[in-house]
Amino acid sequence: MSSLLNTLGKHFPECSKGDLIPILQHVQHQEGYIPSNTIREISEYLNISCSTIYGVATFYSQFKFNPPGRHSIKICLGTACHVQGGDFILSALQMEIGITPGSTTEDGRFDLERVACLGCCAIAPVMMVDNDIHSRLSVIKLRQILSNYE
Amino acid sequence: MNDFEQLQKTAQEQWEMLQHSSDPVVYVGMGTCGLASGAGDVWKSIQKIKDNSKYKFQTIKVGCIGPCYFEPLLDVQKPGSSRFTFNNVDADRAKKIIKEFAFSDESKLKPLAHLGDGIETINGTKSFWELPMLKYQKRIVLRNCGIVDPENIMHYIARDGFSGLINAFEKGPEEVIEEIRISGLRGRGGAGFPTYKKWQFCREAKGKIKYLICNADEGDPGAFMNRSLIEGDPFALLEGMIIAAYALGANQAYIYIRAEYPLAIERLNIAIAQMKQAGLLGRNILDSGFNLEIKLKEGAGAFVCGEETALIASIEGERGMPRSRPPYPTLSGLNGNPTTINNVETLGTIPNILRNGGDWYNQYGTANSKGTKTFALVGKVRRTGLIEVPLGITLREIIYDIGGGTIKPFKAVQTGGPSGGCLTEEHIDLPIDYESLSEAGSIMGSGGLIVMDENSCMVDVAKYFLNFTSKESCGKCTPCRIGTKRMVEILEKFTKGTGSIDDLATLENIAKTVKNGSLCGLGQTAPNPVLTTLKYFYREYQEHIEDKRCVAAVCRDLVEYRVIKEKCTGCQRCVEVCPTGAITGPRSEPHNLDPEKCIKCRACYEICRFDAIAGDAIIIVS
Repeated sequence: MSSLLNTLGKHFPECSKGDLIPILQHVQHQEGYIPSNTIREISEYLNISCSTIYGVATFYSQFKFNPPGRHSIKICLGTACHVQGGDFILSALQMEIGITPGSTTEDGRFDLERVACLGCCAIAPVMMVDNDIHSRLSVIKLRQILSNYE
Repeated sequence: MNDFEQLQKTAQEQWEMLQHSSDPVVYVGMGTCGLASGAGDVWKSIQKIKDNSKYKFQTIKVGCIGPCYFEPLLDVQKPGSSRFTFNNVDADRAKKIIKEFAFSDESKLKPLAHLGDGIETINGTKSFWELPMLKYQKRIVLRNCGIVDPENIMHYIARDGFSGLINAFEKGPEEVIEEIRISGLRGRGGAGFPTYKKWQFCREAKGKIKYLICNADEGDPGAFMNRSLIEGDPFALLEGMIIAAYALGANQAYIYIRAEYPLAIERLNIAIAQMKQAGLLGRNILDSGFNLEIKLKEGAGAFVCGEETALIASIEGERGMPRSRPPYPTLSGLNGNPTTINNVETLGTIPNILRNGGDWYNQYGTANSKGTKTFALVGKVRRTGLIEVPLGITLREIIYDIGGGTIKPFKAVQTGGPSGGCLTEEHIDLPIDYESLSEAGSIMGSGGLIVMDENSCMVDVAKYFLNFTSKESCGKCTPCRIGTKRMVEILEKFTKGTGSIDDLATLENIAKTVKNGSLCGLGQTAPNPVLTTLKYFYREYQEHIEDKRCVAAVCRDLVEYRVIKEKCTGCQRCVEVCPTGAITGPRSEPHNLDPEKCIKCRACYEICRFDAIAGDAIIIVS
């Protein structure tokens, strides 16, 4: 039995279909993304087809299918951030690190993701790098912030 | 005296001791917005001072008290004196406040306000509740936020926590539902369905197993009311959930919460553990014979899961796609059992109603919309943050009295998130309730209020929302899946200056089709931002189409960056930041901007505006 199946048995003993999303979240938490071989293992464990699991996993924006970078950037494009110029921040960010949302830089330093709202609308525009939220961003401030993450 | 009464007594004593502590007590606002503004550094720097034995004081983390533009906030309570609040504190200032203010009476540091009992001014310092942003609010559901330690059940109990639950157990389920009916409470998630009816339907539904689900999947971009409430006062939500579950006869409850809210999840887990220990969750709660288990389910990021039936599908482990109703979840919901889904704010209000009575709650609000509502007041308004106001208040009072107005002239206010609409100057004296907002073409929604001024382009705003809904559409209904996409394409043409007047008619036509031809709320309301902007800002659409102009200078393809020669000091700052070398010129002479090379990244504009040496010499014109 693989190590993943082992932990699944421990954390999700009920083995019910309702555990599918929590299991995917568990895998992503451990691995940083959903490696394709884990889908097969989950399929065996829950007795649900791989295509169904893949269908569920791709439906939700939380799940990633590429290995993440050393630092994860979540750029907020909620309404308040948009009104305060979040779009400009995103294009400046893309230019700065050279990737589009959903991918990871070649050197593995950053991965970039756009999110609908981080709930910090009063201090918009914001972005989250790893677990730090940076507020009242400007194109200029962005460069300084990124230099703190190697 | 029973166990809970004993606990209440202990909590009361602990709270009194804290209020009359012989050492100073320092409170730091550590909600997500506080942390984002630097409260974490403030907290660390304060802890360091403690290493010096000269300074002996207590530190407590509290949630968000509301005025986010003041974050980070720090309160100091000196022995024998009130609790004083300082705003926009950083690590250095925090040190200074502790050393000079908390441990000396001759400090020149002036607090923003005091949080003592009463609203009188103390030593020239105004009461916090008399500040312009707070003065017009009525705090019921937010009463503990920013005041108590959200990770300490004793604070909640000391402030009458769980007394609503005790009243509920004395009354019995039917009378609890009756009390909620009297209160007039309607669902705070957006649609405004009377809460008592949902509970009654579910209670009367056949079935041994019933479920309560708290919808904490706050998906509206631009809204953070639920996050703040959970982070600041998780026990209020949990008490409300026990009362609701008791009234409808559910022994299993779920909180479906966004994974993007890690702090709220952590605080809920702590609160649930403390309640289990105190006998307030689990088997035979407070000897009432009632059992309840509350489980957290982390949402995986899908806006459509705000729709009840999609949320249920998601908990069941499926793609979050809505199902057709009837049967309504109150009859056949989770795993086919009767299920009630309530919003965080609705449930957080319940303990207050049971504690003070339905009549008490009913006194606030308008004829059909009772009580108070929280709003996330954001966008181009001076004072941003989380507010709670009685329903029936006008938009003018919210934007100008509470929010302090806009810097540039006011243009519109967007309510209800992607399902809502944009309202204008014309609606500013509209008393806010469920009916008045929907008559104007918008909705109450969960409570996001995004204020826009002359620098906001309404065509761009409509495009923004449609872009959002087209991405979030689950794909089940064709009009929504394809219609929203086509609408985005047309709006994109407008913002690029390639649209025609005929496109406007097509846009309106598709909007109506999507509205009528979709199964769930997402599709039915997705066209609202387009329909309201077409109705109230038609001229702006015309300008984009006929004149190829975006007056707000937002639409990138329709604007140009220019240097005002008379203002430019030749400081070279923009030359340094320009990534494409579009700006050139020797030092001390007005610079040149080559529009061919300019990619409109905004870097020069920002540095010119924010840097005192440069002279506001770069403008964006359409």
